[in-house]
Amino acid sequence: MKSLLIAVPVILLLAVVSVLTGVGSLASGLDGDGRGWLLIVESRVPRTLALMLAGTGLAVAGTIMQMLARNRFVEPSTAGTAESAALGMLVTMIFAPTLPVAGKMAVAALTALAGTALFLKILRQIPLRSVLMVPLVGIMLGGVISAVTTFIAYRYDMMQSMGAWMSGDFSGVLRGRYELLWIAFALTLIAYVTAARFTVIGMGEDIARNVGLDYNKVVTLGLCIVSMVTATVVATVGMVPFLGLIVPNVISLVVGDNLRRTLPLIAATGAGLVLACDIVGRMIIAPYEIPVGTVMGVIGSVVFLYLLLSRRAHAG
Amino acid sequence: MIEIRDVTKSYGSNAVVDRVSMTLPTGGLTSIIGPNGAGKSTLLSIVSRLMPMDGGQVLVDGLDVSHTAGEVLARRLSIMRQDNHITARLSVRDLVAFGRYPYSKGRLTAGDVEHIERSIAYVGLKVFEHRFLDELSGGQRQRAFIAMVLCQDTDYMLFDEPLNNLDMKHAVETMKLLRRLADDFAKTVVVVLHDINFASAYSDRIVAMRDGRLAFEGTPKDMIEPSRLQAIFDVDCRVHAVGDTRLVNYFE
Repeated sequence: MKSLLIAVPVILLLAVVSVLTGVGSLASGLDGDGRGWLLIVESRVPRTLALMLAGTGLAVAGTIMQMLARNRFVEPSTAGTAESAALGMLVTMIFAPTLPVAGKMAVAALTALAGTALFLKILRQIPLRSVLMVPLVGIMLGGVISAVTTFIAYRYDMMQSMGAWMSGDFSGVLRGRYELLWIAFALTLIAYVTAARFTVIGMGEDIARNVGLDYNKVVTLGLCIVSMVTATVVATVGMVPFLGLIVPNVISLVVGDNLRRTLPLIAATGAGLVLACDIVGRMIIAPYEIPVGTVMGVIGSVVFLYLLLSRRAHAG
Repeated sequence: MIEIRDVTKSYGSNAVVDRVSMTLPTGGLTSIIGPNGAGKSTLLSIVSRLMPMDGGQVLVDGLDVSHTAGEVLARRLSIMRQDNHITARLSVRDLVAFGRYPYSKGRLTAGDVEHIERSIAYVGLKVFEHRFLDELSGGQRQRAFIAMVLCQDTDYMLFDEPLNNLDMKHAVETMKLLRRLADDFAKTVVVVLHDINFASAYSDRIVAMRDGRLAFEGTPKDMIEPSRLQAIFDVDCRVHAVGDTRLVNYFE
């Protein structure tokens, strides 16, 4: 809880910086014609909220994924989840282009669920799974799904949309275009209420059954949370890779994995990290922007390599 | 009472547990012995509903383990498996606290906390209670898992080779602890053991398995006997009586 007392002010500070950072000038408008307020209400605040909601959701989804797969190197972008969600989006764009975003997202959630369930099923078929095999399998599965998606997208001339789903970019966020992300936040709250179950799942199937947990039910709940969070993020702002990997691992190293205690901290850190990456992306080549997915990709791969090499991640 | 009726488990055409029937009466400490691959651990997993059986039935106090809700059974019977690799990074205290999960569902009451304190003290890990499991030695970790099972406080406690990884001192302490569970707390303790002398010295009953079948069962006095041991393990050995205990010399 002490760490949370540090994390929350830091996030609030980052949020303020995020609202103040951008090309449009706020100073001229605040007391004059109100255009500054318009900018804040229509663009900056929605963007900041979207960043925090996506960051929170993805960090928590990553944590749950790691408990379900019992592996520290798994998250929605290394388990085929994000790729499956993108495939679902593509399919709706082709067959039901008039479907509202919420409908597309629902389809994406279903394909994400199927893809992630397939991943867990493959894992069960590998009896002696080494720690590093698991994310490799996930990345390969994601690669296969992604190849199919790319082929279809290429045929239907939709490569650009695909790029938007797979690489998180918050520059297009306006009021009215990000609100679906509150679904991700609601799912995060459900994850928090049921946190103890996911910790027990992370202790392995035998121990979970021994203490009377309905293993399959909890795994299904976890899969649903992970898939829906991923689908909302993919449908609204695009996947932010590695976030769900870095945050849970760092928090685990510092304070452990009793999720009832650590999940708020994971959520807060996720929000903070995405905010920071997006602010950096907005500043480096201002007035142009680097998408947050790219910034996170750079930071994430470095941290991922560090985790792999140091093996400080105590994977099962 | 645990009733095991005609339990069968096969992988392909290979029956790992082959029509085993036995009754484990309430109270006391029962050891299950037998060579590798005899089906001891599999049987224990089936009894504790961690593994489905292909045929037969297991009743714990009359409750069919295949059809009883997990959380109901979790308040009657607990099991400690041998390989406990856990992904979640937990402190000793957190781990032990999850032994109360069947009662508290993660929200601990004052009564739960008392159980946790007592279990940790019982296995001598009080000083390490805030350490993470991955910062402990193999023996300490083993004792932490035992504490978790203690904390679950069920009438039936099953242990699958609990002496793995333990040095002499901790192995003896663990067996004494299991003995106390049976004597002082009237628990029914079932232990899979590899060390025949521990089985001889600490058990009320010994059950021997071989090739997936129940080979013999009886008191240590009946069981620790050269011709039986020969039939179970294919090893020549001599049995010496030291005080009340029969010790097996299979080293020469």
